[in-house]
Amino acid sequence: MKRLVVVGNGMAGMACVEQILTYAPQFQMTVFGDETHVNYNRIMLSSVLAGERGADDIVLNPIEWYQRHDITLRLGVRIVDVDPVNKTVTGNDGSVTPYDTLLLATGSSAWMPPIDGLDKDGVFAFRTLDDTRELIDRSGPGTRAVVVGGGLLGLEAARGLQVQGCHVTVVHLMPTLMERQLDPDAGTYLMAKMEELGIRVLLGRTTVAVLGNGHAEGVALSDDSTLEADLVVVAAGIRPNVALAHKAGLTVNRGIVVNDQMETSDPDVFAVGECVEHRGICYGLVAPLFEQGKVLAATITGHKGAAYTGTVPAAKLKIMGVDVFSAGDWSEQNTEPIRYEDRALGVYKKLTVRDGKLAGVILVGDTSESHRYMEWLRAGTDLTCQRRQLLFPGPAGDVGLDAAEMPETATVCGCLGVTKGAIIHAIHDRGINTLSQLKECTRASTGCGSCTSLCQDLLRAVAPEFEEEVKKVICACVPFAEDKLRDILRSQRLRSVQDVLEIYGNGVGCEVCKPALSYMLDMLWCGDHDEDRSARFINDRVHANIQKDGTFSVVPRIRGGVTSPDELRRIADVADKYKVPMVKITGSQRIDLLGVKKEDLPKIWADLGMPSGQAYTKGVRMVKTCVGTDFCRFGTQDSTSAGVEMERRFEQLYTPHKVKMAAVGCPRNCAEATVKDIGLVGQEGGWQVVVGGAAGKSVRKADLLTTVETTEAALEAAELFFQYYRENANYLERTYDFVERLGIEKVRKDTVYAPEVVRQALLDRLRKSKARASDAWLEGQAPRHPTQFIPLQPIETVSA
Amino acid sequence: MNEPRWVRIAPCDSIPPREGRAVTLAGREIAIFNLGDDRFLATDNQCPHKGGPLCEGIVSGHAVVCPLHAWKIDLETGSVQRPPRVETCIHTYPTRVEDGVVVIGLPVSPAARKAEGQAA
Repeated sequence: MKRLVVVGNGMAGMACVEQILTYAPQFQMTVFGDETHVNYNRIMLSSVLAGERGADDIVLNPIEWYQRHDITLRLGVRIVDVDPVNKTVTGNDGSVTPYDTLLLATGSSAWMPPIDGLDKDGVFAFRTLDDTRELIDRSGPGTRAVVVGGGLLGLEAARGLQVQGCHVTVVHLMPTLMERQLDPDAGTYLMAKMEELGIRVLLGRTTVAVLGNGHAEGVALSDDSTLEADLVVVAAGIRPNVALAHKAGLTVNRGIVVNDQMETSDPDVFAVGECVEHRGICYGLVAPLFEQGKVLAATITGHKGAAYTGTVPAAKLKIMGVDVFSAGDWSEQNTEPIRYEDRALGVYKKLTVRDGKLAGVILVGDTSESHRYMEWLRAGTDLTCQRRQLLFPGPAGDVGLDAAEMPETATVCGCLGVTKGAIIHAIHDRGINTLSQLKECTRASTGCGSCTSLCQDLLRAVAPEFEEEVKKVICACVPFAEDKLRDILRSQRLRSVQDVLEIYGNGVGCEVCKPALSYMLDMLWCGDHDEDRSARFINDRVHANIQKDGTFSVVPRIRGGVTSPDELRRIADVADKYKVPMVKITGSQRIDLLGVKKEDLPKIWADLGMPSGQAYTKGVRMVKTCVGTDFCRFGTQDSTSAGVEMERRFEQLYTPHKVKMAAVGCPRNCAEATVKDIGLVGQEGGWQVVVGGAAGKSVRKADLLTTVETTEAALEAAELFFQYYRENANYLERTYDFVERLGIEKVRKDTVYAPEVVRQALLDRLRKSKARASDAWLEGQAPRHPTQFIPLQPIETVSA
Repeated sequence: MNEPRWVRIAPCDSIPPREGRAVTLAGREIAIFNLGDDRFLATDNQCPHKGGPLCEGIVSGHAVVCPLHAWKIDLETGSVQRPPRVETCIHTYPTRVEDGVVVIGLPVSPAARKAEGQAA
């Protein structure tokens, strides 16, 4: 076997090795990586910084993969020299390794512009997992960060730092952001989005120096102004790493020059990825790496003939809620531009057409059609006939339509270059049924992840036993899926359960559909519907929780778990007066009076003089709090007040399933906010808002929705999620299932990162519902029906 | 079978449509349901499963779903519709409406009642 030495353990090198492994074995492989990690997905570093993924989540090739393929892996060793005559490489550990074939996958490094003081502590590039970890360690609420460079990487770094709690300013040399991918108009839209997120952007300014004594304290700009900064992140561009190539005597321009077969000027040395220059172009994107890797694998294994002819450049900004996509040549020279923009929604789209074919595309604010455009670009599709539908494709009635229309040769995963045909073959040949199997087998959707839904569509269409979450009809009485039903109720303006059952169902209904329909109508019409008590569970008819012996339990509202001696006395008096069999402190910081007769409920409510705690319903249960800054010596936020206020804003409202919340004043998490449906976690300088936690039948750690500075902002984020859950979850779907089903990325995108108009509409509907809601226990004084709480008194009596 | 003893219970509108109410008569707790289609049906109030109060259940056509564990009881026959293959039946009582008042028929003698209880 020949000895193949691979220098570089990054995405390009390992993608190429993966391709080489698809051929008959002919190499004994050794891989050198100067980082101490196995191969990970570098383009996902920004989502690690933003806390969306953990470092483990972005591993592409675990250590077992290297072992399984008998690859010798040398981590933390930098190759410092190549001897092309004796065919050896030398490591910085002094080791000398002989090769028959050498593969350089040395990638690129952050380009450090001429700025004074870049050697100061607190100055970073944002290039590796170690950089990312250090940035996470150093950032936090109150930290001031300056990002030098308003390109793709700089903006992603800025957002990540901001999510970590930093105050972030981006300083960009050019007059608009991402000028290499976006025209000035699109750059302006992007700038508005970044500023809406709370990131300050300074354009047209050069950073001339990092200030500070030993460590960064600020930066000086070309306009003589200065910015205070604890962290300075330089993201000014990348440069191919070609030092070794020089030593190997290869032809090098900007990058290592390769031909269409991916050969360098030395027949025994190959190169792939960001370090190479092909037809005069050095790529800094992920898709070309894979395309090059395939060709190189063919060439290196003696299957010469495959050719790499270049890649249509495409870039996608990975910032949640800021959708930006750019591809091809979008300049307006010699092209016909087609444009659409909507300032209120922050949507900007531009296509350029040349000779009836798509030449380039820019999308800001809505990138849902990016696949379609990318395919047109790659295939050079003639668009003459669809000229009027370019920006507005007809409504796709079926989600699978896009997938069905695509030709077999069309690329589904642009990052890893996986075609529709390859996916379909994999599904058939390997019996694939799940997305994770598909990822494992084809690597599709393991790059930026934007093709995940397309992959799922294909699985759905082709896999014989695709395990998808089936859109279940609500029940046989009204045979529609819940989202469809919501549309029907809204569009047909139906306001009563019985009407729905008679028009769209069997006219009868059951204990499954009736409460679900009741909830939907209440939510859709913000409480302005014809409430039918017979359609609701007994608990909601009498506002108490039925027990195994037919008695009820009474839980008064004690907001945030904060009560008073007076309330406690009244509770005690009530317990005495009505001979309540058990008085229990609940797990939710409430007091439960158990074993109450139905006819006593109104009297007990009156004597308590407290509102309903709604412990019996699918609605807002409670907010649990710790003592926060009021008494606790560790408290960093006033969690008690925040929790009480959150409870006030949400109480009396119904939800698809019960909603339990908590607010804690510090990350010690004494009120267990991270396992609640909604949790506010106080930290120095702000709050983390977490959602979808559970500590019941399921145990699930809540996902981070957003990090904000003020209590009001935290409450608003909670409100957005709360209303979004009310409107989109299926009945009896807890937030932890809901968040898991949709994915936190989608939830964020539709709530805290949604356009201003969308957010405002959610809040408006929530407030409308709230304005119509009232304390259920007031019915004790004014019953809905004379016999609501009392048994019938027979007109005639009979003796036993 | 003997003609039952008819007992006037309450005005029809004291039971809202598609709801039930309990009444205690001669030591029995009886659930009366307004089916919402001008029909009133009466059964023993106890679910045959764990004794749950059937009058608090959600009415589904001419069946009621027990609020405790969702057993579904046919109000016309007293038989258990869900779970399947449960042979137990609960007692049903004949009903009629006279002058806007719900009237139900009780078995006449304690002896007759006892006999029926054994049959069930």
